Amino acid sequence: MTQQPIGATPKKEGTALKVRKKPRRTIFLQMRKNYSSYLFLMPKLLLFILFVAIPVVWAFVLSFQEYKVFGSEFVGIDNYIKVFESEAFRIALKNTLLFTVVTVPFSVISALVIASMIFVLGKLSQSFFRSAFYLPTVTSMVIIAMVWRWMYNYEFGLFNYVLGWFGIEPLNWLGQSSSALWALIIMQCLIPFGVGIIMYLASMGSISESLYEAARIDGASTFKQWLYITVPLLKPTTLYLVLLSTIGSFQVFTQIIMMTGGGPGSATETLVHLIYKTGFRDFEFGFAAAQSVVLFVIILIFSIIQFRVLRHDE
Amino acid sequence: MKKNSFNGLNKLIIYVLLTIFAVVSLLPLYWVFSTSLQLSSYQSKDMERPISYVDANPPKMYPMGIPLYFEHWSGAREAKKADNIEDEKYHREMMEHIVDNTFSSFKSLFQKHDIGKWFFNSLYISVVVTFGILLIDSMAGYVLAKKKFPGRNLIFWIIISTMMIPGQVTLVPLFMMIRDLELMDTHWALILPDLSMVFGVFLMRQFMYSIPDELLEAARMDGASEWRTFWTVVLPLAKPGLAALGIFTFMNVWNSFLWPIIVLNSAELYTLPVGLKTLQDANLASFKLLMSGATVAAIPMIIVFILFQRYFVKGLTIGGVKE
Repeated sequence: MTQQPIGATPKKEGTALKVRKKPRRTIFLQMRKNYSSYLFLMPKLLLFILFVAIPVVWAFVLSFQEYKVFGSEFVGIDNYIKVFESEAFRIALKNTLLFTVVTVPFSVISALVIASMIFVLGKLSQSFFRSAFYLPTVTSMVIIAMVWRWMYNYEFGLFNYVLGWFGIEPLNWLGQSSSALWALIIMQCLIPFGVGIIMYLASMGSISESLYEAARIDGASTFKQWLYITVPLLKPTTLYLVLLSTIGSFQVFTQIIMMTGGGPGSATETLVHLIYKTGFRDFEFGFAAAQSVVLFVIILIFSIIQFRVLRHDE
Repeated sequence: MKKNSFNGLNKLIIYVLLTIFAVVSLLPLYWVFSTSLQLSSYQSKDMERPISYVDANPPKMYPMGIPLYFEHWSGAREAKKADNIEDEKYHREMMEHIVDNTFSSFKSLFQKHDIGKWFFNSLYISVVVTFGILLIDSMAGYVLAKKKFPGRNLIFWIIISTMMIPGQVTLVPLFMMIRDLELMDTHWALILPDLSMVFGVFLMRQFMYSIPDELLEAARMDGASEWRTFWTVVLPLAKPGLAALGIFTFMNVWNSFLWPIIVLNSAELYTLPVGLKTLQDANLASFKLLMSGATVAAIPMIIVFILFQRYFVKGLTIGGVKE
């Protein structure tokens, strides 16, 4: 299958050169000639404008307003000042960053290792293990959070039982500030990164066998071949997966609301949970909008940095 | 990494390690099912009071109803052999109790809670959104890939650039809009924003490029209208792409959580994830009930995954990785 890069225009011969005397009229004529194309595009475009484009613009406008039931008023950058001065936001940012910094590298590296191991197996075992690791990904996070909460249960949970094997005292995993966030981090690390495994497997399949042939003639061990051929060639996939999981990790929410509610205290408060609370418990719409814009900017900055760093030394 | 460069021992190590990892990653799901079927109250003749195997320490790793059922079954058989009618009756009753108790939480979920309704809501919303998305996104993707008209690239780039913006940004304005449209606490509040997701346009556009222009040309020569060309030529050719998009849309909508908990208030309108949250809020300690609810929500996705597995793989690798 040949695929065009995003946004590329397929070249058609014969349409390239046309002398246009009256550009406006030509555009109008072309629009009329292609009216059916606009009709095809219409449903999506209307929905997009109404439920995506307008809300996006509105979010930015809202972030400069203080919301009141009868007419909101512009308050300039007050909301943004409030965001950066607020203790809650700083804690949520710190928690989210810690969560991301630990779970993203762990998920991506373990996906790479697992995919590498699956790749050398036969076809049947390959598809078996691929499914086994992907299955938790199709399960709703609500369900996963519910069962982990049960497994972290102080009295009857699986984890404290396993700790008991090693003679370790039971731990109040989610109930104390010192361990709650780490319990969520461990959970995230132990949920296999199914998307990553499948994408790595697909990319590994496209690496040319002749490269390994050459390395083998030079006497490189299997591990060295992996380290010096496979891993570097998988870099575009790695970049994509790091971006994907970072974006996902910055938006961590379901686990929080289902397992800790941000507590104890604010030990597991994350950015999206804070936005949710600000907007839909306290109904401070302007403040919540400003927080979400800041979240967007943080994600954007992270994405750009990762893009630069991981692409630079190709 | 050539496949045959691994000898027997190395392969064995890989198998063992992968099996351990797979067990760890599937354990939570297993624990959902196991707890949902765990015996929550059992009292045999020689026990002073009933015990619950759900809150057992150490935890029981499988539903205890299974071995106990067989115990009583063989007990009943032996009693029958010995013509001990009373004993046989006791064992038969215990067997019945075990079966009842094992499935009791499912029964109460469907009788006392609205889980049947939640299930239906999730199902019909997911199906409606999936087919809606398939239709409107393939229409949009088709003209964006195959037609030339003024504004095409601009429209595409505007749509795609919003993919970068996390959904939380539009949360508050969307909420205000839905409220002003008086759609709060209706299923429209879920369906309309879901139908506006832009990922499908991008995916279908990528996919439509691979349809040869000659086929479209031929259809036009035969005098087929634009719509007919789309419906009879383009859509059948786009089937693999449609399958991948359909599965991802279904999964996303089925599992969607943050937005539904904001806009839905009435229990009879809940989708499964929202219902599960309220179930958990109201029954924090009844793990058998909670895990049964989780089972009801998990099984459809697992079935969909097993049936359409290859499209999941395809959907992930389309667009991202060059084939």
